[in-house]
This record gives sequence, C-alpha cells and structure tokens, in this order.
Amino acid sequence: MSDVVLRGVSKSFGPVRAVQEVDLEIARGELVAVLGPSGCGKTTLLRLMAGFERPDAGSITVSGRELAGPSTFVPPESRRVGIVFQDYALFPHLTVEANVAFGLSRRERDERERITRTTLELVGLQHKAASHPHELSGGERQRVALARALAPAPELILLDEPFSSLDATLRGGLRREVELILRDAGATALLVTHDQEEALSLADRLAVMREGRIVQVGAPQEVYGRPANRWTAGFVGDVNVLAGVGRGSGVETELGVFDVGAPASGSVHVAVRPEQLLLRADSGGNAEIVAREFRGHDVLYRLRHEGGRTVLVQLPSLELHEVGARVFVRPAPDAVTCLVD
Amino acid sequence: MGLIPAPRRPERATVLTVLCAVLIAGPLIGLPISFIVAPGEISKFSGYLPEAVEATAVLVVGVGLGTLVLGTSLAALVSFCDFPGRSWIEWVLVLPLAVPGYVFTLFALGLDVPHVRSHLGAICIFTLVLYPYVYLLARSSFLSQSRTLLEAARGLGMSRRRAIVRIGLPLARPAILGGVALALMETLADFGTVNLLGVRTFTDAIYRVWFNAFDREAAMQFATLLVSVTLMLLLLERLARGRARFHQGASRGDLLPPVRLHGIAAVAAVVGPLALVGLVVVAPVAQLGVWSVQSIQDGLLAPEFASAARNSLMLSGMSALFIPFVALGLAYGVRSSRSRVAGASARVATIGYGLPGSVVAVAVIVPLAWVDHRLGDAAGSLFGIDLGLLFTGTVIGLFCAYLVRFLALAWGAVESSMLRIPAELDDAARGLGADRLDVVARVHVPLMRTGLITAALLVFTEVMKELPATLLLRPLDGDTLAVAVWQATTESLFETAALPALLIVLVGLVPVALMIKLSGRGGAELEAAQGAGSWAEVEREAVPA
Repeated sequence: MSDVVLRGVSKSFGPVRAVQEVDLEIARGELVAVLGPSGCGKTTLLRLMAGFERPDAGSITVSGRELAGPSTFVPPESRRVGIVFQDYALFPHLTVEANVAFGLSRRERDERERITRTTLELVGLQHKAASHPHELSGGERQRVALARALAPAPELILLDEPFSSLDATLRGGLRREVELILRDAGATALLVTHDQEEALSLADRLAVMREGRIVQVGAPQEVYGRPANRWTAGFVGDVNVLAGVGRGSGVETELGVFDVGAPASGSVHVAVRPEQLLLRADSGGNAEIVAREFRGHDVLYRLRHEGGRTVLVQLPSLELHEVGARVFVRPAPDAVTCLVD
Repeated sequence: MGLIPAPRRPERATVLTVLCAVLIAGPLIGLPISFIVAPGEISKFSGYLPEAVEATAVLVVGVGLGTLVLGTSLAALVSFCDFPGRSWIEWVLVLPLAVPGYVFTLFALGLDVPHVRSHLGAICIFTLVLYPYVYLLARSSFLSQSRTLLEAARGLGMSRRRAIVRIGLPLARPAILGGVALALMETLADFGTVNLLGVRTFTDAIYRVWFNAFDREAAMQFATLLVSVTLMLLLLERLARGRARFHQGASRGDLLPPVRLHGIAAVAAVVGPLALVGLVVVAPVAQLGVWSVQSIQDGLLAPEFASAARNSLMLSGMSALFIPFVALGLAYGVRSSRSRVAGASARVATIGYGLPGSVVAVAVIVPLAWVDHRLGDAAGSLFGIDLGLLFTGTVIGLFCAYLVRFLALAWGAVESSMLRIPAELDDAARGLGADRLDVVARVHVPLMRTGLITAALLVFTEVMKELPATLLLRPLDGDTLAVAVWQATTESLFETAALPALLIVLVGLVPVALMIKLSGRGGAELEAAQGAGSWAEVEREAVPA
C-alpha cells in the first residue's frame, strides 16, 4: 500500500517545463531518492510536494489525502510535510531547542517540551539545546534541521541535497547517521540529490530524473545493474557501452562474450561496468594502460583497446599495473551485464 | 507537446502591493489634474510666480555652490589629512544634521544678526545646516578610493595635491553631486526658514495661496510647478553625473594613508571644523537653553506648550509605529509575490520622500476632502448623523500626509533588513505549519529588529521636525512643537520659541548619534546599507531548452 502517490504531476515556468507528467509512489516508512543532474527538475518536484509551488496538472496524495490536484491545493503549512533544506535554513534568532519546537506551537506546553526533548535525544543533541545555530558545526546544524522537521511527526519528510554543504570527509558518517535517525523515527522520506553514490547507498529505491521526467524507478542495485538506458547507465556510475551481436543469452563484443541474462539477437549495445572486466599483464595483450586512478580500496584503469576505444576497468588495489603496460582485458566470470539503447 | 501552461492569475500579494502603492502615490500623481480642472486659477496669483521662480533659482545656485564647496573641502580635509582629534572631528561635522533650518533661523533672528532677512541670509543658513549631506557622501567616496590610482598618478609625476584634484575629486564627482542634489531637495522642501526670513519661494507661495486665499486649485498648481522643479533638479543631477559609475570599494588596508598636518595647518584643521559646528550646533543649543530658562522663569512659556509637546509626541509616536508597519507589509508583499510589478509599485509608493511637505499636504487633502464629503453625505442621508470632516478635520489627514512623505525613509531601513533574510527561512517556517502572518511575526520581525527600530526612530524624529505639511493639515488647536516654534518666531517671541526648538534639536540628535554609532570608520557601509536594494531574483530550476 503506497503512502505517497504522485500522478501525472507537471509544472512549467514560462516556456520551461521543469516537471513533466511525473508518476511516483512511496510506501510508508520507505526512503526514496530522486537522483538527477542539476536542472533536471528534482528540486521543483520537491517544492511541489512541499506546497511551495502549485502543479499545472496532476495530483499529489499523501495518506489518502489529496494535497494538490485539479481543484485542491493545500498550503504548505497545512500539509504535515517536513523539509530539510540544503543550507538547513535554521532560524538564526532561535536556540536549537526553539528551532525544534517551532513547528509545535499549537501543542500544549508540556507536550511541546516533551517532544522537543525526545527529538533532540533522537539526533543526539540534547546537550546543545541552548546553543544558537551559529555556534554549531555543519553536522550538528544538519541534525538540528532534521530534528526540527521530524518533531511535528510529519506524514512525509523531504530532504533537499542534505549533504551537499558538508565536507566530503564528514558525508559518509553523517549519511549513515541520518539514515538511522529516519529509520528510528519510522519516517517516510524523499531525498533529492545529484550525488549517485549518496542515492545508491542511502535509498531503498531511487527514481532517476532527467529533463523533468522520471526515466527509471527501482532498487539501487537494479538501477545500477540494469539501467533503463545508456544515459542512466552513465549517470549512476562509470560504464563502458560496447557494440555487439546477440547470440543466445550472450552478446559478442570486441572484448569477448558478455552474459546479459536474457535472450538477445541482432546488433545491440551492452553496458559493462568497470568492475565487470578483468585484466592481466600480457606483453601480447589487446590493450594498453593509459591512466591509473588509485582510489585506496580499488583502482580505476583507463585502457586504450587495440580497436581504438577507451575502456574503463576497476580492480581491487591488491596488485597494481603500471601506466604504459600492455594488458589483456576480458569479461569477469559470472558478470551479468545488460542491454541498453 | 502542445501542453499549454495554465494562465497565471495575479497573486494576491501582487494585487495588494499595487493597491497599496496606488493609494499612497495616487494623490501625487493627481496633482497636475488641477491644471485641467481649473486651467486659469494660477493666473489669479500671477504676481507670486516670478518672485517664486527668482527666489528658488537664487537659492538653488547659492546653496548648491555653498554646500558643494563647504561639504567637499571638509570631506577632503578629514579624508586626506591627519591631525589631532581627526577621528572624532570627522563625526562632529555631521551634527548640524540635527538642527532644522527654521531652528537656526530662530537663533539668528533672536540675536538680530544684520541682513539675515535676505536671499543671502537664507543661502548661508541652508549651507550651514545642509552641508553634511555633501560631506557624508563625498567622505565615503574619498575613503573608498583605492590608493593605487592616486599612487599611479604620483608615479606619473603629479604632486600629491594635484593627484587629489585631478584624480580624487573627479572620482568622487557622482557622490558629491548626489549630496548636492539631496541638500537642494531639502532647500526646495523647506518652508520654515524661507517664510521666517521673508524669502518668497514656491513653498511660501503655496502657503499664502492656501491660507490667505483659500484657493486649493491654485495651491495644487503651484505644488505641481514645485514638483517639476524638484524633478528637473534630479534629472540635471543624472545628466551631470553622466555615465560615471566609479565603483572601487577599496579594502580597509588599501586606504590612502593621510598626510599628517603640523603647526598652523594642524591648528587650523582642528579649529575650523570646531568653530563651524560651534556656530551651527553648540551656540544655538546654548542660546536656546538660556532662552528656555528665561522663558520658564519669566512665565513666557506659551500656555499651549504642554499640548504642543503632547501632540508632537503623539503624532511622532503613532507615525513611528504606523509607517514602519506599512513599510513592513509592503516589503513582505514584494518578497512573497516575486513579481516585477510588485517591486515597481514599491518604488512608486516611496516617491513622496523627495517631495516637499507642502506639496504632499496639498496633494493629499483633495482626495481626502472628496472622501469626506461622500462619507458625510452618505452618513447624513442613511443614518441622519453628522460625521463632520472625518479625514481632513482630524489627524487622520495628517497621518496620510506623513505616510506619503516618510514611507521611503522607513522603507529603506525595513527593506534592506528584509533582503538579508534568506527566502529559505520562509519556506522552512511554512513547512513547519506557520502561515504567512506567522512567518512575519515569528521569523521576519525578530530578525529585522534593528531595521525596524531604525525605521521607527527616523520616522519619529522627522515627524517631530516636520513643519509645512503639519501647518497646512493640522486640525484646529492641533499645534505641534515645530508649529509652536514657527508661530512664536513669526511673532518675534524668541524666548517662547526656545524650549520647543531645543526639544526638537535634542530629539534630532538621536538618529545622528545612531548613524555615527552604526558607521564607525567605514562610512561607506552606511551608504551601502541605505542603498542596498538589489532584489535577488528567486532562483528556479530551469530545464535546458
């Protein structure tokens, strides 16, 4: 049973069609990421769901209540939708405690204090209750923003690029922390991001968006492993797109035969992830190493294949090959790749 | 394809903002209509016109030159030279802003200064109380000049003095002309000084046509002419400024090191400004103090003094609450509507500030009188009651005039502090269940506290000083301190005028002190804070076409 349902949602700004006929469903307690490059309309989609923009067409329903439709428009303050902004948008004149309590002004005083305290405990900031936002670190500010959005127990929580203003070194840990907090709170959440690593690692499902449309929805491994098209394949990670000929459930390419898990025939393209290739040093090999990107736990090699094309290969960093070395590149055993347009 | 975007209906915020602007600026736009309604009216007073034109021209030229020379040279002195006490003399020189022209006139008349009742006397008085406009703008422009340019000039073989004259002054030209334009607009707006000195300018003509002949149409026509002169002056300033947009914004460390003065030069640099401020501020305040004491001892204090003080306090206080409130509403309307129309209407709503109080009064009273009569007729025929003159016969008319005239003052402070609040905070509050009113009350107002207090303070003191509009629109028995000063001075009762005048100067010192406190060394910041108005377009995602 879906908790949040978007049907044919469209929004234009003058000639610019920011969001076009978007359909999306989110189950209760699910964390969905909308992933897309900047300008793809994902922030507009979030603003439509929050009620800061009014859709030109389509409907948005949360828990069976229509928030926006042909004849309804619920203003943001009555939607019971919490938002965590990119720059957190904490109220600078209020303490952490007052920020968290902001959305609880209509509750009884005792209840307000109790919810504020438990929410601050949930994000682990009870000791900062009396601080002002400018006295906090970036990560702490983010947790306050999260607590503030969670406190009124919204039906849906929207997160707009919540990690983009944090240092890269902090991001990984905070991502996990935010995920745990959201799961603890049992929140239904929609996260908007342009960072595929963030979307893949955090979300239960992700929706890839391009030029105002959702091009694919699925679990992270599904979107990564079976991208709907060439563009998606490239957007969610590095990819080699190889031309080949279908033979049974395999595709014959210049690098060898790839298993595509389904019958294929005729001339096709196959998306091969860099980790689905192997290489070994071979002075008579079919490729030469042009560049090497050492990334700690793994290494990304850029090869020039004898056919003239560039091939990306990712290997564990256990053994290193030198730039300029001649190598033989072939499909990894058990790698299941997929066809793309 | 073929998806036609739904027609945008105008947002409520835009409609309200436009309506507000029309109500506030409408009367001013209606002024020229008087020429159509009663074309020949002004010719009844044809004798007033040549003398008004002549007096205005003489004043504009004289005060323009006077403030230009005095303001610019004082600014150059404190910017390019160093001498003992410079850091506070710099700010003492701003104090004359607290002395209204008519108060200094009272001082001069009371001491029986010879030949003061003349064009030259008026020019001297205006120059002495208005030079700070030129001084402030020129100074902040000098201080923002990068030393690199002046050093480049010296590297090309210019002496220091020549470098300042050839490079520093031309670079400051737009700022200096802006200051002169401000001083001249105050001169054109003045009524008290010229009336007391018997200089027959446009404002004086409006007053005489209004009170002596009760001819509203002719008064409106004189007012229209005065507005034209004001607008022409602004246009001239634009033209003289040409395309010059010198913006440098030197960082603090990059300031030109001032030349240390020694000996007689240093003494003159200290004594000159102090003597000037002594003459314009200290001496009048001291003399007014003496007269005040005498007036109290001799029982010369006008019996209406207490009621005048109460009226002044009431009018200023109510305006200080009401006008920033309107400015806040207007600023929020512009903010939440995101449309250009709303931004433009806010500019329209604030045009009253450049205009003389007498013009505003004349412009406001005609539509109000019309409303009064309609209301009176309606009340009479429907309920059989006599409403009297609800607007023109009470302080409501006066508040309307103050709103038109001083809204811009509050708007500057309110809008610049609202622009500093990120739009995301509004969204965050809305998302947390706050409606529009809540957003203003719980987020904007606390964050804009300083801006709102500044606005209230500026409006308070300006209303306290305001003379011509108050004089024309006050209800019977509704004297204010300013009116009391003027009244007593016209009757040569200088001791009686002293205490109210002293109070006006003391109140006027508050915003000047506030400005000094806010500015610190970087006077450019103040200017930036006042001029900050670039409306950040709301960013929206755009799909590449």
